[in-house]
Parts: sequence; structure tokens; C-alpha cells
Amino acid sequence: MSAAASAGLFSRYGRRKLVNYVFVTLASMATAVAIAALVMILASLIMKGFGGINAEIFRADTPGGGGDLGTGGLRNAIVGSVMLCAMGMVIAVVIGILAGTWLAEYGDGNRLAGFVRFLNDVLLSAPSILIGLFGYELVVLPMHGGSALAGAIALAILTTPVVTRTTEDILRLQSNQLREAGMALGAGKGLVIRAIIWRASRTGLVTGGLLGFARMSGESAPLVFTNAGNQFFSWNVLGATASLPMTIFYFALSADENWQRLAWVAALLISVAVLSANIIGRALARGSQHK
Amino acid sequence: MNFNASSADTATVMVAPPEAERVLDVKNLDFFYGKHQSLFGVDLPVARKQITALIGPSGCGKSTLLRTLNRVYDLYPGQKAQGEILFNGENILAEKDLARLRARIGMVFQRPTPFPMSIYDNIAFGVRLHRKVTKAEMDEIVEVSLTRAALWDEVKDKLDKSGLGLSGGQQQRLCVARGIAVEPEVLLLDEPASALDPLSTAKLETALLELKDSFTIVIVTHNLQQAARISDHTAFMLLGKMIEFRPSSEAFVKPETEAMRDYVTGRYG
Repeated sequence: MSAAASAGLFSRYGRRKLVNYVFVTLASMATAVAIAALVMILASLIMKGFGGINAEIFRADTPGGGGDLGTGGLRNAIVGSVMLCAMGMVIAVVIGILAGTWLAEYGDGNRLAGFVRFLNDVLLSAPSILIGLFGYELVVLPMHGGSALAGAIALAILTTPVVTRTTEDILRLQSNQLREAGMALGAGKGLVIRAIIWRASRTGLVTGGLLGFARMSGESAPLVFTNAGNQFFSWNVLGATASLPMTIFYFALSADENWQRLAWVAALLISVAVLSANIIGRALARGSQHK
Repeated sequence: MNFNASSADTATVMVAPPEAERVLDVKNLDFFYGKHQSLFGVDLPVARKQITALIGPSGCGKSTLLRTLNRVYDLYPGQKAQGEILFNGENILAEKDLARLRARIGMVFQRPTPFPMSIYDNIAFGVRLHRKVTKAEMDEIVEVSLTRAALWDEVKDKLDKSGLGLSGGQQQRLCVARGIAVEPEVLLLDEPASALDPLSTAKLETALLELKDSFTIVIVTHNLQQAARISDHTAFMLLGKMIEFRPSSEAFVKPETEAMRDYVTGRYG
């Protein structure tokens, strides 16, 4: 390469370097903006959330307005959220994994499968408030009132498409030779899927479930119409319960300082739950690779 | 490809084993991937307890032919075979009970396909599909199968470990062990050594030569030395047609057709 070709700013090489520099700078700045937002959210969450935590949080139920700062807790909301998520996840995981399996294993060249996949994608991006309204029509009206069950069904409708989609994607990653190998031993298609393909995909399936859980645990919109809250502690699946997202929704908007404190703590608890679920999922994924 | 048309069009040169010795007998087989025809009137006699090698350049139809022998192509709608494949006198293409057929004709694939379970369960999986056995019987089946596949000594202390943790060559021998544990009559191998290093290949070939005493083996291979080393009969295919079928001892020394001569002398392929 001659010196003239490589040195000048306006040589081909110089121009490429300049374009590269500009592009890397813009990309880095965009990344910095995204990370800054994340750090700011996390920082205020941790500072205000941790500041509000005391032993009462897990012992006492949500207080009425006007209480002294530091009184009352979130026991009823925590239990309510756990109930909602547990029931919702059971519904979403069962339906999502079976539906995703059908799409991946039986849906090739099937027009109905193409249609189902399209509908699933639409549902995946449906506004959550609409799903709440649907849950209202489907469960609350016939049952004459909101309930934990109605909330869980609404959350499940929100989450099922996520699980369906990841299940289909994960199962498609498995090689056809693995399926053929199972069938070449004389196993039927159903057994090959259950005993071999699901097992080979279990890390991905767990990840899909965790993504669903992450989506589900922070949602309040589907609950507004289906399980709007309960001041008191309740195990009753057919009655209304409190939940962390709805508590945030009510308490964060109020002028009551004690309520605001509890809203921050609730937000922190949800974030910690999602974070731990992700860490556990990653640990499981690593564990199964090493075996 | 540079074969001249006349060599590909010549009639098949067929020096077949006597009918009484044939466990599989493919007659006038056509195969279609949708509308695309990829096998044209193929004949293939497979002698009992011998090794038959299928050779030919990529895309000649040898893997397709192998995949018809246990109907594994059935998984894919749009693929169909016409003609006759007699297995002990019965036409495989008319067989309804595919699980039973595949228990009698096992298959090992190009890439190792261990199941995501322990080494022990990899073997037990297929056996449990077809027979009810006690724990002690299963232990014995696992040991015998792994021994015959020349893998026992390497894995006997870690049978409860995942089959995915083995090396590629070990995984492939595990797949052979898994196949023979079901006690099939025929074992089909689709380029089983193409992903293996020379040492692993040698171990696999040794295992196959031992297995010949109990099983009929059909192997697709790109490795002509491998075909010459281990096979009793060699079938040379080209463009979906059977060109030459002869005892391997003659086939490599003195190929009769120009196409096979060109292929085995390394001028094409």
C-alpha cells in the first residue's frame, strides 16, 4: 500500500475510519442513554425502597391512609401476588408449552398453525388493559365480582403468548436428526417429543417460563378490572385479594407519605423477585450445560 | 459433475448374492421429494450378516435409499417411495406397524444423536419401548450392548452421567450400542464416521466388523477406503441410479463401469 493511499483523511481508508468512528460514537452514546435510565431507575428504587423496609412489611397488612410513617406492611399484597402469579403461571405454562409444542412439532405446512401463530403474535403485543377487560367479560361478570382467580386468568392470558412463542422457537432449535433417532428406535412421535425433545429443550423452556413470570409479576392493568384489591388479608381464591402492582398503583398516586413508602417497597420486592427468577434461570441453564 | 452421459445411462452391473441369503431386497424403487424424483428404479440386494456399503458422489441418492429401508422418511409429508422393499419377504412400503419395523431395522446417523439423559438410559430407552425387563436384565443388556459397541471400558464407571458429556466418537458408539440393544436384524448407518477423527473411526470400524456376526449392516460412506476395508458388498450410485453392485473384493480392484472406475480412482466425486 502506498503512503498516499493510506495516510490522507480523504483517502478511501481515511473516510472509512471516519465513518467507523462516527458510528461507534453514536452507538456508544445511545447505549449510555439506555444504561443511564436503567441506573437512575434502579438507584431510586433501591434508595427509596430499602429505606422503607422494616419488619412490619412482612407482618402487617396494608394500612389505611393517614397512618404514621413506618406503620403497616404489605403482607396481604405479597400473599395476593404470590397466589396470582402461581395460578397464572400454572395456566400459562401448561397452555403455552402445549400450544408451542403443537406449533413446532405438528404445525409445519398446516394453514391453521400459520393462523394460530399470527393470532399469538397479535396477542403478544395486545395492550394489557384490553386483556383486563376481556378477563372482566369472561370471568368477573359471570361470577358477579372480581377475584384472585379472575386476576390470575387475565394474567395468564397476558403471559401465555410469551410462553407459546418461546416454546416454539426453542423446540425448532432441536435437530431433526434427534427426532429421527428417537423414531428410528420405534418410539412414537408423542413419546419422542415428551421424553427427548422436551428434555433437550428444558433450559430454554424454563427461560420461557421466566420471561413469562417477569411479564406477569409487574402487570397492574389486567388486574384493574379483575382483582382490584383488598385491604385485608385473604387466602380466598374466589374473592378479591390485594396484590403488589395494584398496591403500587393506588399508593404511589396518593399524597400520604406512608403509602408512598410502601409503594416503593412493593416496587423493590417485584424487582427483586424478577431478578432472582432470572438468576436462578441462568444458573439452571449453566448447570445443565455442564452435566 | 463430469461423468459422461453414456456411462450414467448404462444398465446396472449387478453381481448379487443369491436370493436365499438376502434379508433385504430393494426392487425397482423410485423416490420423490415432493415432485422431485431422486431415485430411479433402484435395486439393492442386502445379504444377511454381511456389510453392504453404499458409495457415490454427494446427491447420488445413497442416503435417500438408506432412509427408505426403515421408512424414516415417513416423518416428512411430501416424501414418498414407490416400488418394493422386501424384508424377509414382506414389503416394507406396505408395513403399517412402523414401531415394529424400526425395532427390527435400527439406524445410526451422520452426527451423533445421544439423547439428553444418562448413558444407561440412552440404552434403556429403546429397550423399554419394546420389552418389559427387570432391572438385572436391563443392567445386562446395557453392559452387553456397550461392550459390543466397544465402549464399555470407557464408560462403565459413569453410566449415570449424561451421554452428552462423551466425546463425538464415544457418542457415536453409544448410538450404535443404543441401536443394537433393541436387537434389530439390520443396522443402517448413514455416514457414521464423517464427523469423527481417524482414531475414533478406527474404533467404530472395529466395532462394526465384530457386529457383523450378529447383524446385517448397511452403511453409507464417503470414505472409499472405509468401504473397501469393512464391506462385503459395494453399491455404487450416481444421479439416483444404481450403477454397479458387486462383492467389494472385486468392486474396488476392477470396477466394470467407467463411472465407478472414475469415482474410485479419485477423478471425480
